[in-house]
Amino acid sequence: MSETLRNFANTYLMWNEGPLIWGSDVLILLTIIGIVGVLTYFKKWRWLWDEWLTTVDHKRIGIMYLIAALLMLFRGGVDAELLRTQLAIPGNHFLDAAHYDQIFTTHGTIMILFMAMPFIFALFNIVVPLQIGARDVAFPYLNAVSFWLFFFGALLFNISFVFGGSPDAGWVSYPPLSELGFDPGPGENYYLLGIQISGIGSIATGINFLATILKMRAPGMSLMRMPLFTWSVLGACIMIIFAFPALTVALALLLLDRVAGTHFFTMLHGGNPAMFVNLFWIWGHPEVYIVVLPAFGVFSEVVATFARKRIFGYASMVSSLILISVISYFVWVHHFFTMGAGPDVNTFFAIASMAVGIPTGVKVFNWLFTMWRGRIRLSLPMMWTLAFIPTFAIGGATGVMLAVAPADYQYHNSYFLIAHFHQTLIGGVVFGMLAGMYYWWPKMFGFKLDERLGRWAFWFFNIGFYICFMPQYALGLMGMQRRMYVYPADMGWNTLNLVSTIGAYLMGIGFLFIVAQVVYSIRHGERDLTGDPWDGRTLEWSLPSPAPHYNFAVIPVVTDRDMWWILKREGREEELMPRPEEVKDIHMPKNSGVPFLMGVCFFVGGFGVVFNWWWLAVAGLAGVLLSLLSRSFQYEEEYSLPAEKVIETEISLGRL
Amino acid sequence: MSAGHKSLLLVVGAAAALFLSGCSPNYLVLNPAGPVGREEMHLIVLSTVLVLAVVIPVFVLLAFIVWRYRDRPGNPAAYRPEWSESRILEIVWWGIPIIIVGVLGFYTAKTTFALTEPPESSTQPLTIQVTSLNWKWLFQYPGQGVATVNYCEIPVGVPVQFELTADSPMNSFWVPQLGGQEYAMPGMAMRLWLQADKPGTYYGHGANFTGEGFAHMGFNVVAVSQKDFDQWVSKAKSTGQALTEAGYQQLKKPGVMGTATYSSYPPGLFHDTVWTNGGRYDPKMAGMGGTDGRAGMMPKGAASMPGTGAPK
Amino acid sequence: MAVVERELKRVAGRAHQEGPLQEDAGRGPLEYRDPHQAVKIFGFWLFLATDMLLFACLFATYLVLRTHTDGGPTAWELFDIPGFTAETFLLLTSSFTGGLATLAMRRDRRNQVLGWLAVTMALGLGFLGLEIKEFAADVAVGATMQRSGFLSAFFTLVGTHGAHVTYGILWMLMVFIQVARRGLTMQTARKVFTVNLYWHFLDVVWVFIFTVVYLFGVVM
Repeated sequence: MSETLRNFANTYLMWNEGPLIWGSDVLILLTIIGIVGVLTYFKKWRWLWDEWLTTVDHKRIGIMYLIAALLMLFRGGVDAELLRTQLAIPGNHFLDAAHYDQIFTTHGTIMILFMAMPFIFALFNIVVPLQIGARDVAFPYLNAVSFWLFFFGALLFNISFVFGGSPDAGWVSYPPLSELGFDPGPGENYYLLGIQISGIGSIATGINFLATILKMRAPGMSLMRMPLFTWSVLGACIMIIFAFPALTVALALLLLDRVAGTHFFTMLHGGNPAMFVNLFWIWGHPEVYIVVLPAFGVFSEVVATFARKRIFGYASMVSSLILISVISYFVWVHHFFTMGAGPDVNTFFAIASMAVGIPTGVKVFNWLFTMWRGRIRLSLPMMWTLAFIPTFAIGGATGVMLAVAPADYQYHNSYFLIAHFHQTLIGGVVFGMLAGMYYWWPKMFGFKLDERLGRWAFWFFNIGFYICFMPQYALGLMGMQRRMYVYPADMGWNTLNLVSTIGAYLMGIGFLFIVAQVVYSIRHGERDLTGDPWDGRTLEWSLPSPAPHYNFAVIPVVTDRDMWWILKREGREEELMPRPEEVKDIHMPKNSGVPFLMGVCFFVGGFGVVFNWWWLAVAGLAGVLLSLLSRSFQYEEEYSLPAEKVIETEISLGRL
Repeated sequence: MSAGHKSLLLVVGAAAALFLSGCSPNYLVLNPAGPVGREEMHLIVLSTVLVLAVVIPVFVLLAFIVWRYRDRPGNPAAYRPEWSESRILEIVWWGIPIIIVGVLGFYTAKTTFALTEPPESSTQPLTIQVTSLNWKWLFQYPGQGVATVNYCEIPVGVPVQFELTADSPMNSFWVPQLGGQEYAMPGMAMRLWLQADKPGTYYGHGANFTGEGFAHMGFNVVAVSQKDFDQWVSKAKSTGQALTEAGYQQLKKPGVMGTATYSSYPPGLFHDTVWTNGGRYDPKMAGMGGTDGRAGMMPKGAASMPGTGAPK
Repeated sequence: MAVVERELKRVAGRAHQEGPLQEDAGRGPLEYRDPHQAVKIFGFWLFLATDMLLFACLFATYLVLRTHTDGGPTAWELFDIPGFTAETFLLLTSSFTGGLATLAMRRDRRNQVLGWLAVTMALGLGFLGLEIKEFAADVAVGATMQRSGFLSAFFTLVGTHGAHVTYGILWMLMVFIQVARRGLTMQTARKVFTVNLYWHFLDVVWVFIFTVVYLFGVVM
C-alpha cells in the first residue's frame, strides 16, 4: 500500500523533485485554505456565485479577465526571473536542464496565451460596449462562456506544475520533439489541452466582439465616427476569426498523434513535422498582431486625451490598422526562413514582412503629430505611451532587419530574435495594456491608481527593460542561441548575460511596485466622483464611474468622433444626461451558471485526456454537450428593468 | 555592377567600417570568415542604416515634442486642438517607408537567390553530410569516406556543400562566422553552402531546441589548407575505427558525447536516414542519390514499397 | 399569426433603445424581424467562417499527406465508388429538404416544417450509417488511422465532417422538439433557419470532400 502511495506521489505529485515542488504545494494549499476561509468567515459564497461566477455583465467579465491576466503576469514573470537567474553566470547549477526547459516553455505559453490574451480581452470587455454606446455585447451569455473556457484552460495548464509535470518542448512545441517518442510525459498534453480549451473561448470572443461592433453601435455612430480603440478591436477580432482555427487544427492533430497513435507529424509512417510548423505559425504570426493592435488602440486613445488634441490622421490610422490585419496573414513563413522553402517563397514573405513596417511606422508618426501643437500632461497612461514609442521604434526596426531573409539566417533562433520580440511584446503589448489599465481603472473601480508609486514602478520597469534586452541584441550577434540552459564561459557572453539578469530583476521590482500601488490605492487612491478623471473625449467618460450595469439609461445619439469632448467644449454635456420622460424599461440579459459549469466540464474532460483516463474524459465532454443542448431550451434569457428603477439609480448617481 | 551600385557599396562599406571598428572579435556574426557570412553581414549593415533613417527622426521628434508641448503654465508654443489633418505630412511618412522597403526588398531578393548558389570559386566543391542526433552532430564525407562526431574539418577556400538532415527532433545548423543557419529536419535533405577564407577554428552550435541535451550540441569547424586536409583524411582512414550500422544505432540513442573520428561508415547511411524519415515522399529526393557515392542505386527496400514517390 | 403579432408589439416596444439594430425591426422574413434574433444569425455566419477555416486547414493537411501511405493502403485501393456516391446523394438531398423546411417556416406552415425536418434528419442518419459502414470496412482491411499519415489525414478530415453531421442531427432534433412545442415564433423561426444554415454549410464541405478526397483519390 505504502509502495503504491509513494509511486503515486512521485509520478503525479512529483515529490521526488525536491523543495521547489514542496514549497509550491504548501503555498497552493495555504492559498486555497485562505480563500475558502475568508469566503466562509465573511459569508461571501452566495455573493461570489450570484455576482461574479454567474455574471454576464461585460464590465464584470472584463474585471475577471484583468485579475487573471495580472496573476498570470506574476507567474510568467517568476518563470522569467528563474530563467535569468540560471543564465546570470556560465555553467550555473541553479536549475537543471529538465527544469530549465519546463520553465521557458511555461513562460512563453503563459505570457502569450494566458497573460496577453486575457489582458486584451479585459479591455475589449470593459471598454468597447461603453465606447459604442451599447448596453452589453452582442452575446452576453457567450461572453461568459468565453471567459470560463479561458479560465479553466489556464487553470489546466497551470496545474501541470504540481500534478504530473510541466510541458518542456518550448512554447511552439514543434514535433517530433513534442511527439510521444521524445516527450512521453503528460506535460505536453497539458499544453495542448490548456491552449485548446482557452482557444475555443478566444474564437468565441472574436465572433462576439465583431458582431458587437458591427451591429450594436448607438444611432449616429458610423464606422468613421468610432473611437480608434474600437477600430483596433475590430481589426483584432477579424484576425482572431481567421487565425485561431489554424491553431485549433494544429493542436488537435498533435493531440491525436499523442493519444490516438496517428501519424500527422511523426518521423516515421508518413508523418510530416513541417506541416505543424506551418499550421502553428499561420496562427502564430497573426496572433502577435492580435495582441498588439489593441495596444495601438489604447495608445491612440491615450495620446489624444493627454495631448488634449484630436487624433492626427484618423483615416490613416484606420487604414493602417486594417492593412496590418490583412498583411498579417502573408508573413508567417518568416518564422522559418531557414527551412528551405526556396528563394522565391522566402523573398515573397520577406517583402511582405517588411511591408508591415510601413503602416506601423505611419502610426508612430501620427501619434507624434497628435502631440504636435497639443498640451501634454504626463499622467501614468501617457508616460507608458511615451515610453512605448522608442521601444517600439527599435523593436519595429529590428523587426524589419529580421525580415531580410538572408540576414535572418544569422539572427534566427539567436538572442537577437529574443531581444526583438520581447521589445515588441513588452514595449508594445505590456506597455499598452498597462497604459490601458491605468487609463480605464477609474472607470472600472471608481478610483485612480496612486501616481507616486506608479512612477516608481514605471522607472524601475523601463530602466530594467533596456538593461535586460539591449545586451541580448549584442549576445545574438555574438552567436548565443536561445533555449540553452548553460553556456560556455569562453565566448565573451558572461558580462552581458549578467547585465541582462540585473535588468530582469529591476523589471521584477517594477512589477512589485505595481502590486503595491494597487493595494495602496484601494484604500488611499483618489476617488473618481465625476466619471471623467482625465478630461476624456469618448462616450465612456460621459458615464459615472463605475458605470451602472445597464451602462446608458438612454442610448445616446452620436454626432461626432470625439462626441464627449465637443459637448464639453460647447457646454452641452446635458445632452448626454437622461431625461426622465425618455427613460423606458430596459431589457437586460439574465445571469447564468451554465457557462461556469461548462468550463468545469471542459476542465474535467481535458484532465481526463491528459492522463488518458477515458471515463473521465467522456464524462467531461458529455457535460459540455449537455450544457450546449440545455442552452437551446432556454427561452427566458432576459429580464426587464422597470423605468422607475432606472430613474432611481440615475438619481442616486446624481445624473437626474 | 553599375556606378550607382558601386557608390552604394562604398557608403555601406564606410558605414560597416565605422560599425566594425568598435567591434570585438566576440561578435561572431560581424566578423565573418567567408564569402557567405560577408554577404549576410553586408545586408545586416545596409538594413541597419536604412532603418536608422526612420528610428533617429522618431527619437528626435519625440524628445522635441514632449519638451516643447508640455502642459506647463505660460508655455508659448502653439495649441491647436482641432488640427488633425495634413495631406503633405501624411504623404511624407507613407512614402519614405515605402521607398525604404523597396530598396531593402530589392537587395533581399538578390541575396536570397544568390545564396542558393555555391560561392564563386575555381575549385571543386566539397560535400559534407550532416545529421543531427540527440544530442550530437554526425558529419560524413561521402567523397573521402570518413565520418566525425561534433567537429568537422574543411579545406580553406573551397566551397563546402553541407547536406543537412536529422534523425531526431529538428535542429538548426549554425556556424556564425561562416554564414547563416539552415534547419536540419527529419525526412528532408537541406542544402547549405559555406566557405572559409582563412584557416581557423570556428564555433558552431545547434540553434533549434531539441530537448534536454540541446545546450551541449556545440561543435567546431576547423578550416585548414588543402594539404593539411588531405593529410587529416588519410590519418582518419588509417587510425580511426569504423562506424558500423550497430554503432550508428548506438549513436542515435539520446546522450551527450565529445568528439570522435571514424575511418568509414555504412554506405548510403545518410540517404537511408532521409529516406526512412519521410524523404521518400519528397519529389526533390530523386536527385539526391548522386551525392553519397552510390548514384542511381535504389535505397534499401524501396522497391517493395508501393504507393510512394512524388505526387503525380 | 397571433403569436407573431404579439411578439412584434414587444419588439416595437424596445425600438427606442437599439440603434442601428432597429432599422429592420419588424420587416423582412420571419427569422429577421426581431433584432435580437437577427444579430444571432449574423453571429452564426461568423461562426461558420471559423468553421470553414478549420476545414480548410484539415484539407491542406490532407493534401500534404495524401501520398504518404507508408506502404499501406492507397486511396485508389480503398475508396468504393458506389458507396461514396450514395453518401453524396443522401446528403445533397437532405440539404434540399432542409431548404424546404426553411421555406415552409417562412410561409408559417408549422406541420410542413416538422415534416421536412424529420425527412432531413432521416436522410442525415442514412448518410451517417453509410459513412460508419465505410469506415468499418476500411478498418476491417487494416486501414486504420494509425496505419499511415495518409489514413490519419483521411479519417480526421472525413470524420470531423461526420462529427459535425452528428451534432447537426442532434441539434435539429432539439429544434424539432421546440417547434413542435411552441409553434413558429420569431425565436423558433430563427432556430430553424440557423440549423439549416449549418446543414447547408456541411453540404458544401461535403462537396469539397467528394471532389478533393474521393474523386481525386480514385482518378489519380
